[in-house]
Amino acid sequence: MSVHAPILAIAVPLLGGFAVPLLARLHRKVRDLWVLLVVLFVGVCVGYVAAHVFTQGIWVYVLGAKNPQETLAPGGFPIRIMLTVDAMSAFMGLIAGFIALVAFPFALKYIPEEEGKTLSLTLGILLLAGILGMAYTGDLFNFFVFLEVTSIAACGIIGFRTWTSRAPEAAFKSMLLFSVSGLFFLLGVALLYGEYGALNLAYVSAQIRGSVVDRLSLALFLAGLLMKAAAAPVHFWAPDAYGEAPAAKALLLVVNTQVSLYGLWRVLFTLYGGLSDAGVGWLVVSLGLLTMVVAALMALVQTDLGRLVAYGAVSQIGYMMLGVGVGLVALSGRPDYGFVAMQGGVFHMLNDALTVGLLFLCVGAVEWAKGTRDLRALGGLGHGLPEVALAFLLASLALAGIPPLNGFASKILIYEGSFRLSPILTAIAVLCSILLLAVFARAFQGAFLGPRGEVEGKIPWVFLLSIGLLVVGILVLGLVPGFFVEEIVTPAAKALWQGRALYLAAVLGG
Amino acid sequence: MTVVVRTITRILFPISLVFGGYVIMHGHLTPGGGFQGGAVAASGLAMVLVAFGAKRLAEKKGLLSALESLGGVAFAALGFLGLGLTFFANILARSGGLFGGPVPYGPNPGELNTAGTLPLMNWAVGFKVLAGLGAVVLLFALFGGENDR
Amino acid sequence: MIGNLPFVVCMILVALGLWTLVTKRNLIKLVIGIGLIESGVNLFLVSLGYVRGGIPPIYTYAPADGPMVLPTPQALTLTSIVIGVATTALMLAFAVVIYRHKGTLDARKIRDLRG
Repeated sequence: MSVHAPILAIAVPLLGGFAVPLLARLHRKVRDLWVLLVVLFVGVCVGYVAAHVFTQGIWVYVLGAKNPQETLAPGGFPIRIMLTVDAMSAFMGLIAGFIALVAFPFALKYIPEEEGKTLSLTLGILLLAGILGMAYTGDLFNFFVFLEVTSIAACGIIGFRTWTSRAPEAAFKSMLLFSVSGLFFLLGVALLYGEYGALNLAYVSAQIRGSVVDRLSLALFLAGLLMKAAAAPVHFWAPDAYGEAPAAKALLLVVNTQVSLYGLWRVLFTLYGGLSDAGVGWLVVSLGLLTMVVAALMALVQTDLGRLVAYGAVSQIGYMMLGVGVGLVALSGRPDYGFVAMQGGVFHMLNDALTVGLLFLCVGAVEWAKGTRDLRALGGLGHGLPEVALAFLLASLALAGIPPLNGFASKILIYEGSFRLSPILTAIAVLCSILLLAVFARAFQGAFLGPRGEVEGKIPWVFLLSIGLLVVGILVLGLVPGFFVEEIVTPAAKALWQGRALYLAAVLGG
Repeated sequence: MTVVVRTITRILFPISLVFGGYVIMHGHLTPGGGFQGGAVAASGLAMVLVAFGAKRLAEKKGLLSALESLGGVAFAALGFLGLGLTFFANILARSGGLFGGPVPYGPNPGELNTAGTLPLMNWAVGFKVLAGLGAVVLLFALFGGENDR
Repeated sequence: MIGNLPFVVCMILVALGLWTLVTKRNLIKLVIGIGLIESGVNLFLVSLGYVRGGIPPIYTYAPADGPMVLPTPQALTLTSIVIGVATTALMLAFAVVIYRHKGTLDARKIRDLRG
């Protein structure tokens, strides 16, 4: 069975998601157990795939063929849909698997039975399947299909609480943006198909010559994926979406934006890696700066704890774009500072998933205990919920990049790389970090400090388990970043930085 | 709705179901397939909704959602069938068993007993689309109308 | 030039859809705008596969030789249509829910989530 691990990581949640409503008719406990089993299985699969890919190189899996390694049909043309898992894809899969392991136990307890728990679990598992599909696929059209799977599942998660007036509004806004983003991506794929007659990413990449049509479809890919990744100036759907989705599911939405960003890196470094245009790199860098500045400033004026954290999450997208964008600018000459920035940007994806995830879980716990997220109504929760308060403080400090936490470990790499390109970039990024620190200090003070606040009920141990897992992750990544940078971040960044030839060779041979 | 609409619906509803089934069944031979056939059959459901009102169908919502899940599960499970080789591998084609007949070459009227797992997948998708579109139309009908305010 | 006419028409449809999204404020009209872009892209995909004088790519109709229209873009288009149905249905459902809450479909008046 182990030869099928990449597809099982996608197919099992797909099957599992559809089976959830059926099992819910049997018994709720059966459904909950099934959800946990599926998520655990996915965790094992992505772990196995990552271990294999990091030690033995790119893993290609061809669907529907006689044997999974038969990439080329007779005639030397890749005709079947295939999964191409390189170190970057495996890294993305690891993030998604770990976040799912944390988020689903939390969600099982957090979402009330009468508020569409079955529906929300189904959509969550389908979203996980879509995310892993986007991370692992090596086919452009297949990527579009999984992009739409995540769009539809994500919008269902955002809007399923139809009895509130805000959730459908956020969901409509998101779905509009997601549709446009998906259609832009599809138009880009169609242009490339018309020119080269193929959909396989590696094959098309080998053919691309940089014609006008190629550049047009690059622009469409950029626009579509940046929209889905919540980069400014089209970030406005994200705070609504994160804020209105149940806190336990907002984590998966964050991973969804990250995997869209991963898709962008895949397009820029692998599909168009042969062209290496510094102008595109500067575009990504400047949009990244814009994202972090706008989001940090907007976070300053929020009075809703959920939306405040959501804006913090959006600002972190800017840091990833800055890090990898600097690498993209430097791609043609390949100086080392470009690679350092890329390491930082890639590492920041993992750190962002952990810190923002922890913040959302804390918001969820606060809402569970108090029934509101309005900062004006909260206060003094530190007495009743000391664990949550400590976790929130830790995550805020990590998000703002305070040493020795994990946010610092990745941001210092981004600063180091971008400083060598232009000190102005670093200055803006550091300023944004300070601004975020101020924002989150105010939020922490408003929600947790002050005279003792009323707390109804106890925080369930499952919440503390999920929160604890993320806290351990943040501490471990912050205290021994060197090990993780060496073992998983560097191979992932290298797969983008100079792995294009290997990627093509794995599919096309030679 | 008036007697005319109801009577015509009574006549057309079974026909639309049968035609939908035909389109699904021949999906591997002629244009059409699971989605198209399911959509045709769902249009029959929509017709019933218009003619007889949404309330008569409201209690069937659970059945529709169960059918939809079943279609999804069946589709994914058929993919697992090929795991001896690879996921989605068509092991039933040309195996001599169900849908495993040999494919005749050249112009011919079409041999139904071919294409392996594809017809089965068409049926799974067909049921999923029938139930899904039916549920969507039913939901829209229940949103508006008399029980709205 | 005349051979490119279908592509030009598709791009006009996409542009009209984008124009609708930018200028209109009614939620249903926004969904229609998405539908326009979608039709443009789908038509573009189908027309990509056209081969002059080709026959429909149905196995049992195929003569021994002679050109066939490309089947892949048709499969892609079909997938994209199915996805389009799902997104449209989802958006319309949310529009209905919003209307029930607010009593209006004007995007300018639906501003719970601002800033």
